[in-house]
Formats: sequence, structure tokens, C-alpha cells
Amino acid sequence: MTKIIPVGPYHPLQEEPEFFQLHVDGENVTDIDITIGYNHRGIEKLSEARTFDQSAFLVERVCGICSTSHPFAFVQAVEDIGKIEVPERALYIRSIVGELERIHSHLLWLGLAGHFLGYNTIWMWAWKCRETVIDILELISGNRQNYAMFKVGGVRRDIDDNDIPHYLKLLDEVVPALNLFRGAVTDDPVIRARLVGVGVLSREEAVSYAAVGPTARASGIAIDVRKDEPYAAYDRIEWEIIVTENGDVYDKVILRVLEMLESVKIARQCLENLPGGEIDANVKEIPPGEGIGRHEAPRGEVLHYVLSDGSNMPVRHKIRAPSFQNVPTNKVAAVGETISDAAIVLAAVDPCYCCTERIAVIDTGGDRRAACGDELIRLSQEKTRRIARRMGREIK
Amino acid sequence: MNWKLYSLLKSPWVFHLSTGSCNNCDIEILDFLTPRYDAERFGIQLVGSPRHADILLVTGAMNRKAAPLAKKIYNQMAKPCLVIAFGACGCTQGIFEGSYAVAGTVDSEIPVDLYIPGCPPRPEAIIAGIARLISSIKEKKE
Repeated sequence: MTKIIPVGPYHPLQEEPEFFQLHVDGENVTDIDITIGYNHRGIEKLSEARTFDQSAFLVERVCGICSTSHPFAFVQAVEDIGKIEVPERALYIRSIVGELERIHSHLLWLGLAGHFLGYNTIWMWAWKCRETVIDILELISGNRQNYAMFKVGGVRRDIDDNDIPHYLKLLDEVVPALNLFRGAVTDDPVIRARLVGVGVLSREEAVSYAAVGPTARASGIAIDVRKDEPYAAYDRIEWEIIVTENGDVYDKVILRVLEMLESVKIARQCLENLPGGEIDANVKEIPPGEGIGRHEAPRGEVLHYVLSDGSNMPVRHKIRAPSFQNVPTNKVAAVGETISDAAIVLAAVDPCYCCTERIAVIDTGGDRRAACGDELIRLSQEKTRRIARRMGREIK
Repeated sequence: MNWKLYSLLKSPWVFHLSTGSCNNCDIEILDFLTPRYDAERFGIQLVGSPRHADILLVTGAMNRKAAPLAKKIYNQMAKPCLVIAFGACGCTQGIFEGSYAVAGTVDSEIPVDLYIPGCPPRPEAIIAGIARLISSIKEKKE
């Protein structure tokens, strides 16, 4: 008999409130329904009543974790309208902030994934390491989150050349921690047993669902806006796209850890080769026209479309965030898995999903049982402990 | 003083509710549990159910879909309880003021005891806010 488990829509770990309905038969997930729209704030409409300079602050608040990605794409869209030449130094600073954000976002995800699996030590370590990255961002921008670095035609704040050795030193502190995580994930037999072959998204399925970012790259698709259509300073430095082949949760974890090391490489090169000169093109007017800006956010491609009529405000501003494409892939990735794997599979696309507000188990007879909020995480953590016991190990 | 309000002073348990925020506040709330700030050493703990919580920490600009849910969650909490409006949006709707998707402020839906402004407030601000709330209750007692 099929039961439906509604999960969500609210949870502190979620980036966007999403509502999942898991159809389960016994312990196995047979189908999944996804509803979004719980966090709607009407940003596109609000943007039409803001000037181009103000909109950069507004789109920063689309998502707190990607608070650089959206302004990044937005200013590129506006610069596309006016064909504005951005100073070289500003391009490098943009890349630095973008990559630091990727490291902090992936660390955040890694910590939460560890928490879902019952490895709270990984959660605490990852977030401790993340503080170092946030420190660099705070030193550069003046705020821990919402950096407000981006403006049309350049960046708002310069990086002091005397501070660069200090930033490099802080970046170096991150690398051993990242290698530690890489070792912890690849060497631990319990993590392998939990994640290898779980929540597989095949290459064909990733293509048909138009998955982007790490979700697509873990399925063997080498798609990355930074390489496909280089912008900012990404074509001026050496780096590689990380691709893994299997599409399971294990590959998604490894891919993100390797991507962080690559991001450290990019940020380091940008800081070392930071050219001199202006940081702002001093844009006065935006001509009529339309423009598109793309940026590879930590979760995948962000696309902003801006239509201008020559006034100081956008006439239409359309935002497409990567989770919009990645969340539906849960439909293939989670189906066929057990409920205890559902938490980590749904989290693997990085909507940082799980459920605290409520889980209600409904059977088709209409009998409704409201279970405690952390049920799903508990099931997941219990499974890890079960596997660990079988292997004669102790999980802290 | 009410025994429950008194027990609050020792170890306040917090339920976090996002009513249409941009998640920055939500990350900072999680951040204050992690090693650098480690709020659990003060007995402050994040719990998974409003029924277990002493403090309701509300972030976000009160989305239309979220407003009735926020009221419902507040009603589920054991009284007396405290409500904190967190972040610029929680306090005043912030940058989302005037949006068609926003129903009101947090204090138009549920009674608020403490406002912590900032976009987002630093983890230290949460600890300072809760400490101030506790000391104000103590003052009232005396």
C-alpha cells in the first residue's frame, strides 16, 4: 500500500522552503511530488521599481548563500545592454569574491550532509573551516554575508595590495582542512557504504532534466559557464572543470570537495596576479535594449535577463536560479531509494533539504499521524549507525 | 515569577522559523551553534519542534503563504514563550517592503519581545540579544 509522507515546507537548513511529498511503499520511495513557491518575495517585480544600482542590492537577497552569484549575473546583464567595458582589476576582484563564495557554500553543504548522515563532527569541522573563508570575505567586503561588492561597471570596494599576503595566508589555512575532508570521505568505509550507488542520476536523466552545476557535473556532463562562456577573470587564469562519472551522492560529495580545492587555486591566482588600475567604469546611462548575464553559482548556472527602455530602472528583470532545474531531478534520484536515504539524496542537489516543521505520515485510509520534525534525519542517522555497527565501528 | 519563565533563564531552547527570508539570517543562526560561537555552552539549543521551544526566532518578511503558518506555530508553543524578530526583514520587512508577496511584519502577526536588526545580524548579535532578553526578564522579576 502506498503511503504519502509530506516533507516541509519549512526548515532552518533549507535554502528555500520546498514541499516534498514522498510516496512510500513499505520503506521504499516509489514517487515524489515537489511543490515550490513558499519563499516567494516578488523580487522580479520589486526590481522594476528600483534603479539599476539599487537592484544589485535587491538581487543579493534572492539567496543568502549565493549572495554574490545573483548580483554577478545581474551586473553582467546590465553591462551586456550598454556594452560596458569593465576595468581589468574589477574583473579579478569579482572572480575572487565569486570563488570565495563557492568555497563557503560548498563547506556549508558538506557540513549539513555530514549532519544528515549522523557525522556531526564533519558538520562542526566544516563550519569551523568555513569561518576562515568568511573572515577573508569580511576583510574584503566589510560584511560576513551580503557583500555588496558588485555594481554596474565594476566593484564597490578595492582590495588593498598590502593585505593580499594576509589573504593568501588565510587561504592556505583552508587547504589542509579541505584535504582532511577529502581523506575523511574517501577513506571511511561507512560513508562509502552509505553513499556509493545511492541516489543515482544518470547522464541521460541529467540531460533530460536540464540539470546544471555540480548536479550535472557529477553525472559526467562537463558543463560550467566559467569555461563555456568565460567572463570576469576566468579565462585569464588556469583551472579545470571537475567532472565525476557515476552521478551518485558519493560522487557529488567528492566533486564538491575537489571543486573547493580548485576554487582556492583560482582565488590564489587572482590575488597573486591582481592587475592595477581603476575598479569602476563610472557608468552614467543605460541605453534601451536587453541583456543576459550568466554566472556559475555554487549550485549551477544563474541567468538574469534585463530589459531596459533607457530610463534608470529595468522594465523587466527575469531571474532563473539553478535550484529550479536541479530540484526536479530528485524525482529520478530519490525514487527507488529507502526513506532513510531520502534525506541525503534530496540534500545532494544542495537545496539543503530536510524537514523540521513537521512530517505527517498519511496512509490512503486517511489516517494521519504527525511525527516529530527530525524524523527523517533520525532515520538517516540510525542507518549510518547500523552500517557502522556491522563494520565494527563507532560513530561520534 | 512563573516557573517556566524562570527555567527560560537557565537554558532557552530556540525554534527557528523562516517566513520568506533570503536565508542569510538562517545561516547565521546555524553558525552560532558551530565551534567559533558555540551557543550551546550557554544552554541555547536549536530544537526541531515548536512544542519543545521557549523562544521563537522568526526571520524573513512574512510571506503571504507563511503568515498563517507563523500564527499556527506560535499557537503550538507552550506559554509563556518569547518571540524574537530576527534581521532587518523580520523587524521592518527590510528591502522587501512594498512587495505584493509580503503580508505584514512579524509583529503584525504575533507579539514580539525582542528585535535583532541587521542584514544579517552577526552570530554575536544573537547571543547578545538573547542575553539581553534574559536580563530584562530578571529585572522585571526584581
